[in-house]
Amino acid sequence: MNGAGERWSRRAVREAAVAYLLLMPALVVFGIFVFYPLVKTAYLGFFTSPPAPNLPAHYVGLSQYRSVLGSSELRDDLWRTVQFVLYTVPVGIVLGIGLATLANQRLAGMQFFRTIYSSTVATSTAVASMIFFTLLNPEVGLFTYWLGKQGGNGVLQSPSLALPAVSVVTIWQNIGFTFILMSAALQSVPDDLLEAARVDGASSWYRFRTVTLPLLSPMIFFAATVGVIGGFQAFGQIDILTQGGPGNHTLVLIYDIYRQAFQYDNYGYAAVQSVALFAILLVLTSVQFRYFQRRVFYARSPHEEVR
Amino acid sequence: MHSSPAGRRTRLVAGRVTRYALLVVMAVVVLFPIYITVVNALLPSAEIAHRPPVLFPTHPQWSTFSTAFSHAHLGIYLRNSAIVTVAITVAELVTSVLAAYAFAFIRFPLRNTVFVLCLATLMVPMEATVIPNYRTIEAFGWYNTFPALIVPFAASGVGIFLLRQAFLGIPRDLRDAAALDGYGHLRFLMRVAVPLSRPVLAAFGIFAFMGAWNQYLWPLIVTQTDSVRTVPIGLRQLSAANVNQIDVIFAGTLLGALPIFVLLIVFQRQLVRGLTAGSVKG
Repeated sequence: MNGAGERWSRRAVREAAVAYLLLMPALVVFGIFVFYPLVKTAYLGFFTSPPAPNLPAHYVGLSQYRSVLGSSELRDDLWRTVQFVLYTVPVGIVLGIGLATLANQRLAGMQFFRTIYSSTVATSTAVASMIFFTLLNPEVGLFTYWLGKQGGNGVLQSPSLALPAVSVVTIWQNIGFTFILMSAALQSVPDDLLEAARVDGASSWYRFRTVTLPLLSPMIFFAATVGVIGGFQAFGQIDILTQGGPGNHTLVLIYDIYRQAFQYDNYGYAAVQSVALFAILLVLTSVQFRYFQRRVFYARSPHEEVR
Repeated sequence: MHSSPAGRRTRLVAGRVTRYALLVVMAVVVLFPIYITVVNALLPSAEIAHRPPVLFPTHPQWSTFSTAFSHAHLGIYLRNSAIVTVAITVAELVTSVLAAYAFAFIRFPLRNTVFVLCLATLMVPMEATVIPNYRTIEAFGWYNTFPALIVPFAASGVGIFLLRQAFLGIPRDLRDAAALDGYGHLRFLMRVAVPLSRPVLAAFGIFAFMGAWNQYLWPLIVTQTDSVRTVPIGLRQLSAANVNQIDVIFAGTLLGALPIFVLLIVFQRQLVRGLTAGSVKG
């Protein structure tokens, strides 16, 4: 009996060793490139960057945290980021639902339209931004011409239009993704439910509002959180289209971090901004996560996932 | 509300026409930016600036694409992106399969804690940690090299999560039968677990591929020369190029988008599943 127990424990040790061996590659990457830099970023916030690159950084305790977190610059960055999110997310979702509803009809050729509507998932941020960058070029851009802006300041050079323009590009780039999400959700709305409402004489708008929309709401919530999180991380479109300008009119938080850290060598300052960004995204992802977990664990069986 | 069968038919046809009209209008709106990019890539520079605008290339100028390929270094950027993207995708798949296997099939101390740690990585965006990561890359001597672009992304919390789910869906009987046949971990992984999870592997693989292909901030920070620059950064270089090369910019943008368009067409089903399951777009 004793021998069996010993053999069992030796087996357990070997199993644990195998497990950690398998986990090793992922854990090493996470350790070096996720957890360590997270702690290090918070730590860097305690130091102000030296005036010249080779001088030592200066320890200032919490004072840099206090000054940056209370600064009007950070408040402005955040407000511009929130504006960007407010421009992109609601419009994107409404368009996504509209397109998905259009393409969900029982008509010939729907596969063709579905492919077109989802086509922008194939455009990366850089590609989408480049397309609009040229179309909005102040001299030769086609959209500049159609908007009657030729000869003067282009849209991207206009203080009041730059952020809306960047938002339009973002909406267009994401429309394929939102369409795919909403189509998937729409297709899971049971036909007999809609049919029952139709038999009861409900108008199509009423059917949409009382049957379809409630059933879409989990996906809408999901798309909204993904959109908001993506909005806080939006960088490429700003970098290609406006570089934060004109003035600071498109200077969102993430772009300010990049500028402080990699153009002004102001690492300590940027580290505090990064901590703020992390805190915001942490709240947003935990909201999304709670939902994601519920959906995967309860709404879908693992078996379905494997199929 | 009395209508003859003929009247009803007219209304039905009219309704159908309106619906198709709406579908077509929206298709034009969505596709127009891409369409006009194709047209402009095929027009000589002089005609791009022509007003009223030329909306159809009557004499397509295909040479612009070869100019973009060679002169604007698009060929090199595409090669670099291919190397980096394939490496990241393969690495993410391998590390995720291994880790997910441990979580799904092996009992070991601290299993839940380690799993939660892996999930917690999803809450740490690259954007918030670029500063120390940049320094780490410098300390490793990896600045402006492929490892700098690949290694930080060689593991994925999403991948581990999805594959663990898939592995947990493998019926208990199958594991018992494999154990009776004397299958060790490696054989069970290669012959049973991986083949049975192919749909999830494919979906996650495409999700990972797109995420890697579209990366922007990190490659911008850790690259300096064209020899390692990826397509998005190369396109950024193009945007700084001068305006009388605008046809080349259009052509370069299209070439940069092409691989993912091909991927979308070939793997449409897996892509949809990957996007709705992974649900985070890079």
